[in-house]
Amino acid sequence: MDGLSVGSLYALIALGYTMVYGVLQFINFAHGDIVMIGAWLSFWICARLGWAGNDAPPSLARAAATLLFAMVVCGTLGFLIERLAYRPLRSAPRLNILITAIGMSLLLENVGQLPIVFGTENQGMPGLLPKETLLSVAGVNITLIDVLIIGCSIALMAGLNHLVYSTRLGLAMRAASFDTKTASLMGVNINRTISLAFVIGAMLAAAAGFLYAVKYTNLNQPAFPTWILLGLTAFVAAVVGGIGNIRGAMIGGVLIGLLEKFGTAYVSSSFKEVYVFSILILVLLFKPTGILGSARVEKV
Amino acid sequence: MELLATRARDYRPPTWLAILRGLLGPTIVVLLAVVLQRYSKSLFADEYRVWDDVLLKVGVNVILAVSLNIVNGYTGQFSIGHAGFMAVGGYTAAFLSYYGSFALWGDTMPHGGFLSCVSEPAEFVGRFADTGDAWFLLVLLAAGLAAALAGVVVGLPSIRLRGDYLAIVTLGFGEIVRVLLDSTEGTLSAEEIPEHSWASRAHYLGGPMGFFGQPFYTTHFWVWLFAGVTILTAYRLKASTFGRAFLAIRENEVAAQSIGVSTTSYKVYAFVISAFFAGIAGALYAHQLGNALAPSELCYQKSFDVIIMVVIGGMGSITGSILGAVLVTALPEWLRQPTHVWHVGLAMILVALAFSRFRVSRTVVLMALLTAALELMRFLSLHYEVNLERYRMILYALSLIAFMLLRPQGFFGVYEAWDAVRFWRLRPRGKTAAVGATP
Repeated sequence: MDGLSVGSLYALIALGYTMVYGVLQFINFAHGDIVMIGAWLSFWICARLGWAGNDAPPSLARAAATLLFAMVVCGTLGFLIERLAYRPLRSAPRLNILITAIGMSLLLENVGQLPIVFGTENQGMPGLLPKETLLSVAGVNITLIDVLIIGCSIALMAGLNHLVYSTRLGLAMRAASFDTKTASLMGVNINRTISLAFVIGAMLAAAAGFLYAVKYTNLNQPAFPTWILLGLTAFVAAVVGGIGNIRGAMIGGVLIGLLEKFGTAYVSSSFKEVYVFSILILVLLFKPTGILGSARVEKV
Repeated sequence: MELLATRARDYRPPTWLAILRGLLGPTIVVLLAVVLQRYSKSLFADEYRVWDDVLLKVGVNVILAVSLNIVNGYTGQFSIGHAGFMAVGGYTAAFLSYYGSFALWGDTMPHGGFLSCVSEPAEFVGRFADTGDAWFLLVLLAAGLAAALAGVVVGLPSIRLRGDYLAIVTLGFGEIVRVLLDSTEGTLSAEEIPEHSWASRAHYLGGPMGFFGQPFYTTHFWVWLFAGVTILTAYRLKASTFGRAFLAIRENEVAAQSIGVSTTSYKVYAFVISAFFAGIAGALYAHQLGNALAPSELCYQKSFDVIIMVVIGGMGSITGSILGAVLVTALPEWLRQPTHVWHVGLAMILVALAFSRFRVSRTVVLMALLTAALELMRFLSLHYEVNLERYRMILYALSLIAFMLLRPQGFFGVYEAWDAVRFWRLRPRGKTAAVGATP
């Protein structure tokens, strides 16, 4: 159960990686930091509105409002990052965008550490949701938070699935990821489509950040390695599922989450990342395009 | 045909001259290292003693950047796991020098001769083979070989993978090394060592806290000797048939294959050469006083730092990598204690001017702006007490992004500083010839 809920978080983050890779073919290293910003924003708004005290009762409406706030702000942030840092480099070699992404990641981390932003202290996320165990089946405790996380992720992913596979915008996005040049000849507004991919990716990352903060209430300081590892694991999930493939990212995320939890439970907890990266290397060696990815013929 | 061969032989320099010319580089390298070691104490005034340490760090980073440049710049592959090789080398070296010193001398103090002695007068003078210097040289080479072996392991997937996927595998390699080192246990103390066999000692590498107790052998001599060797190797590679195969793979892999370059084996070679030097850099890092040899220090962020050095300098350019290493290492230190930089800026502007045949190019403007910005920051921090320390990393990140936007190809592009002479010699005479590509 834990694995499923963590897996769905990974899936949410992985979607952001995979969408950006799909349209721009580059690894957005700043994506993990958007998750961090999302988590910290939800803490920040709770603290501002006085919902952070211990006596504040758990409330679903407040949780929803916090989630919405984090998603909107991060969506805007994602748009701005693409507009200011990545768009001017669209025609440059991909390595440059990659370096810019690393720079952006450093920037987000260190701005987050400023005392006027989030500071360098670890904080405790307020319990917005009641910590109840709904039922236990065969020794497995199913908590309300896990159920909500899974439900929330499924709802978001279903929404995305609908957007990508049954609307004109989604068609444009798929066309752009298939062949940018041809798509723009066919009248797809490439700039708007790429912006959209970034905005949606950032919003999903913010949602994942919020849910992560609700599940693991101890918020680490913005530059703490856990955030980057969270991003990296999600990235592995995207690759395992087949990078550039939206449904693959969902499957990959859940798979990695389950693997990580089962490995921790049955073998040893200190090798958590080793499982993740070993699976990555195995998948890359035997099916480099991932579970759902299709091989592309390389042209001369 | 015979005539042609005879004539070619006439133009070839005599063998003794060729050998002498070949020895010129190594001689300069050794001399430079000895001179730096001899005069390093008087190089900086007392209030700038910090920079002595920074100079060592610069040297190690030069080795890292120039060696990564062989994979990323020459061969056009994309490795994000350089810190992994560094960790392999560093830990091999620390293991050998810590447990090895114990086996040789019964303690883990440095037993250096005049080359690698931390304390001021060399207290151990004897035959070179008896000193810690000889042992440290062996340790360094062993570290390089261990890392090279890891390079083979990482290079092999390149048979099946290319581009981004290879990059992800290197990233995964670096992370796996880090996690494995994290799971080891603290180093053994002198009393505990005899109770464990050599094989079981490999489990005691410090764990998450880092490796402690290795003797501090790293000095200017060793750092700059190997920096010189790395630069020389990179330079000779670029000029040799062997190295040109790398460049061919970068330019067009399919075309390189079609003219008979075994692309997969050359990619593995590139990884092995690069990993060897990264391992040596890791060993030097491990034995420097004040560095923490901990898994968290040698994770992907270190790899990113090295990539940033290479890209800022210009992919494929040796001078660029050196410049990038110097800038990336020195800039954060400079922000702690800003001093005047206009002379450095002026020198760089002159080099850029030489490249653009003394016309004001975009690079020249960029350099002037950079110098002006650094001077402005110094002014602000001194006269208005703006605490640069707090904004250090933000400034670093911002300048990185700005640099990528303004000069995506890096300072030197694929050119070298010594190409400036050729550019100057080949300057266009007439007005119509001025269309040629300016770097």
